[in-house]
Amino acid sequence: MKKIVTDVAIIGAGSAGLSAAYQAATAGADVLVIDENSRPGGQLFKQIHKFFGSKAHQAGTRGYVIGEQLLEKVEKSGATVMLDSLVYGLLPDKSMGVISNGVNYSVKAKKIIIASGAKENYMAFPGSTLPGVMGAGAAQTMVNVNRVLPGERILMVGSGNVGLIVSYQLMQAGAEVVGIVEGAPKIGGYGVHAGKIRRAGVPIYVGHTIKRVYGREEVEGVEIAALDEKWNMIPGTEKQFDVDTVCLAVGLNPMTELVWMAGCKFDFIPSFGGHVPLHDENMETTVPGVYVAGDVTGVEEASSAMEEGNMAGVAAAEALGYISHEEAAEKKAEIRARLDTLRSGFFGAGRKANKEKQLADMQAYKDGMEKGAAC
Amino acid sequence: MRVIEHPILDELKDSKTVTLYYNGQPIEALEGEPIASALMNAGIRVFRTTAKRHEPRGIFCAIGRCTDCMMIVDGIPNTRTCVTKVKDGMRVEKQEGLASLKPQE
Amino acid sequence: MKEGVMYTGIPSREELAACPGVPSKERMAEGRVAVIECVQEIPCNPCESSCRFGAITIGEQITDLPTLHGEKCTGCGMCVASCPGLAITIVDKTYSDTEAVIEFPFEYLPLPQKGDIVDAVNRAGETVCRGTVTSVKKLPAFAGTAVIGIAVPKEFADEVRSMKRLKRA
Repeated sequence: MKKIVTDVAIIGAGSAGLSAAYQAATAGADVLVIDENSRPGGQLFKQIHKFFGSKAHQAGTRGYVIGEQLLEKVEKSGATVMLDSLVYGLLPDKSMGVISNGVNYSVKAKKIIIASGAKENYMAFPGSTLPGVMGAGAAQTMVNVNRVLPGERILMVGSGNVGLIVSYQLMQAGAEVVGIVEGAPKIGGYGVHAGKIRRAGVPIYVGHTIKRVYGREEVEGVEIAALDEKWNMIPGTEKQFDVDTVCLAVGLNPMTELVWMAGCKFDFIPSFGGHVPLHDENMETTVPGVYVAGDVTGVEEASSAMEEGNMAGVAAAEALGYISHEEAAEKKAEIRARLDTLRSGFFGAGRKANKEKQLADMQAYKDGMEKGAAC
Repeated sequence: MRVIEHPILDELKDSKTVTLYYNGQPIEALEGEPIASALMNAGIRVFRTTAKRHEPRGIFCAIGRCTDCMMIVDGIPNTRTCVTKVKDGMRVEKQEGLASLKPQE
Repeated sequence: MKEGVMYTGIPSREELAACPGVPSKERMAEGRVAVIECVQEIPCNPCESSCRFGAITIGEQITDLPTLHGEKCTGCGMCVASCPGLAITIVDKTYSDTEAVIEFPFEYLPLPQKGDIVDAVNRAGETVCRGTVTSVKKLPAFAGTAVIGIAVPKEFADEVRSMKRLKRA
């Protein structure tokens, strides 16, 4: 088994991981980023819409362009990006097992930043396993990265920003979207994204769910129905659509396997995607030297993932002595301010509350440990 | 169906094409794309059947997590086609249930 | 069915009336002006910096709604493609005695050509009248977004916000 020793090892070369790598490597740390994909960038390269936020968040710039800029910065920073490499094990002593093109490596790092992202939720209904039912993110990868239409007539389930944006992008690529179905009585995502969909003539069925998908070997059609206040389907309200594809945009959940394996303590925050690791303001978990950043800490979006990555990268470099506490404090305050902005307003308030709970629970855990040690 | 012209992204051109064989039939693919998208472009959406009930399965997550898109690739079963890149002359077979591992030469 | 952007994706009459980005009736009557139909507090402010006349202000708190200062707005249209939400149009009610021009962002293919007759649609995507394409702009600064102008009968100036997508070849 080949051995690699580094200052900072980062798992995941997406929005958060690359941002962390840039910060830590620029500060002078020896940085290794490990990603199982053959291309870096995580999910950034399938985001072809203009991002929200302020100038500081590169608002108005399309996601894939932000991805290209970030990659260029990382390349110049001196960080090493190891692709086609899967981290299959992580021990509390900060050593990990990596398999890369059939070769086994043992990687030992002083600091580890886990930025493994999230995966799409599944939803069960009759016919939900038929080929043609797929994640909205999967469909987005197909059209925007692989340049293949997953179908010609599509129904979207879920009206959060992912459901709205992917519906729009499927139409941009030439598909027809017959409608968006939303179980809740109101639209989940931004009104402006919903507005684009409506102007394109696509109905949004709030208070509806999918009853079944039918087809012999593949999706041939779908039936939806209205829901009452108790989320039961109302008989007689069924509508049928001839579609070849049904996309599910029903949330994501953090990919926390390695975080569990490292022995970190967790919180349970349903609207963050379920179990999320406890972490402090520095993004450090309950295992000293193991940091987390991005969707693995709770599902948000690319802009906040990049800022959390920046935070973890700065904190890790500071802990290793590559930047002074004063300089780090200044940088962290700037990052904190940008994160606060992203978690403000009508849509950000819930995420802000989630983050505050996560930080408070971390503090309570630390306090408990100190008390325990004093006894 | 291939997305050639796009209002935002550059036109898809000058991509090198390679040939992969699906159940023995030649299919044109773009060099470097995942097997799954080449098959999807060719209109093939059933990638495997389940072991117990022989139900069809296709692409679900496209990021290598759900394993619904596993096929036999160059003789190796349970290959995740959404994260495995196409190579010229590659042989891809629909997987029926749990295909057994053949000893490697 | 409940009205309003959260239920339908379409801002209601009341939401638009209360929206600080929508110019006054008087200003609309004077000619080209930006109509910013942004009614939800989302963290976003590119429109503010896209305007070199200072006609759009949001301020420090970027979730605040953009305010349009009608007296400063020249109707130049640089804000239209800057909005990631595609919520800004330019409306010119003085285009002719009978017609108004609506300029809106458009990110589909194929693009129409100047002089084409197209279906003008409202916020729900319903065809309300026919429109004549007066301009098709695609500047590098628009970053991929096209801005299409169409002339429609004046009575539809407050309804028309886009055009029906054209069939791909």
